[in-house]
Amino acid sequence: MNVEEIVEGILNKNRRALARAITYVENEYPEGKEILKRVYHRTGKAHVVGITGFPGVGKSTTVSKLTQEFRRRGKTVGIVAVDPGSPFTGGALLGDRLRLDGLDVNNPLWLDEGVFFRSMSSRGRAGGIAAKTGDVVRLMDAFGFDVIFVETVGAGQSEVDIIEVADTSIVILMPEMGDDIQINKAGILEIGDIYVVNKADLGGAEKTVKWLKSMIMMDQEALEILSKTTHADEHAVESGEIFERLKRTKDWIPPVLTTVAEKGEGIKELADAIEQHFEYLKKSGKLEERRIRRLSREVFDLIMDEIKNLLSKNDVINYREVIQKVVRGELDPHTAAEMVVEKLIRL
Amino acid sequence: MERPIKVLVAKVGLDGHDRGAKVVARFLRDAGFEVVYTGLHRTPQEVAMAAVQEDVDVVGISIHSGAHKELVPKVIKYIKEFGGNPEEMVILVGGIIPEDDFEELKKAGVDGIFIPGTPIQEIIDFIKKAVAEKRKAVAKK
Repeated sequence: MNVEEIVEGILNKNRRALARAITYVENEYPEGKEILKRVYHRTGKAHVVGITGFPGVGKSTTVSKLTQEFRRRGKTVGIVAVDPGSPFTGGALLGDRLRLDGLDVNNPLWLDEGVFFRSMSSRGRAGGIAAKTGDVVRLMDAFGFDVIFVETVGAGQSEVDIIEVADTSIVILMPEMGDDIQINKAGILEIGDIYVVNKADLGGAEKTVKWLKSMIMMDQEALEILSKTTHADEHAVESGEIFERLKRTKDWIPPVLTTVAEKGEGIKELADAIEQHFEYLKKSGKLEERRIRRLSREVFDLIMDEIKNLLSKNDVINYREVIQKVVRGELDPHTAAEMVVEKLIRL
Repeated sequence: MERPIKVLVAKVGLDGHDRGAKVVARFLRDAGFEVVYTGLHRTPQEVAMAAVQEDVDVVGISIHSGAHKELVPKVIKYIKEFGGNPEEMVILVGGIIPEDDFEELKKAGVDGIFIPGTPIQEIIDFIKKAVAEKRKAVAKK
């Protein structure tokens, strides 16, 4: 399939075209970039929902049950499931698809026209998603899925890149996963728009729920107190992150839900919370705000990539020669960098 | 850069055992392949749909129940039906397959058959060579 056929195919809801486009994008083929350019105008409608949490908490099962629930509600669903790639061989075992169950035997999600599932290897990236996950989500968005789930690698404490692609981030925990100090640490325990304590039938769930709730309330109060001091104002200006969280906790307090995903318990309530969060994002203007922030970072990163490409081309700037001058002491590194940028701008 | 080889390891039909499939999946992972494992009791349609959506280079069907003559051609048929091109994929069958059935399976579009006891390196080498050939053929078109 060539670029033309694939673009046409995506716009006409041809799964094979989508599948091939994802392959090209994931593997950084030039065709992938071209396809992304040509379908961009069709993106921006989907609700992108990130699902993260430690290994074994039930992310895949939750995604499967949520997919059933959203299908019942008449929504189409795209799923990107990221699993870790080996740092030694580059190989990966992508095993999240196997949890995808049907509504019943006669209606398996694997064959549902309204569901598209794609596995991805993280290929050694550490943030819990793959480098190209955002672009894969964009292809599914262009295809027209209403909801797109991104299931992260069974994340550790700092795999928070999901917020770079998701509108709504869900953090799943299990009962007895650490004490209140664990829960008050930074990392994935501060990115949730919704928190879920899965396997709530195991016992000890109430304690985990209580800790999560106290974390959320304490954050809110603490930030409000901080915001009244001038020192904190400075801080808030410097760090957009704090400001953003302050605003967020004021009008959206992340709910803490309990589920037994395997039995489907609590899934309806979770789906409700996901829909409510999307409504909140849209009404409050936060959706646009988040997307502007993400896109500006994305374009910035791409500009940097372009500059790196230019530097690697000898006919534009002889980068090696510049470095040699620095090595010989004829130029200092700062002046060298300024000169290179000057030259690039004049191109 | 050459993209990694993506392999679907599938269990289809009523087989209740997948240790063999899991062992093969693990070896292929260690050989640097990206392996999608389907789990037990998949229908030929489900396996075919997974192959199309995941855009795999290789479909490896593990089967011990004796239903290979029924199920394998069905997988190939449904790949086509779901818009995929089985001729661009390497189709492999592994498991307890009588030698008498080899010819029939190959006629149906199977590229390689591996019975118990096959050295894993043989499978890895076969996949690497076959995928390289298929990709070259696709690129020429």
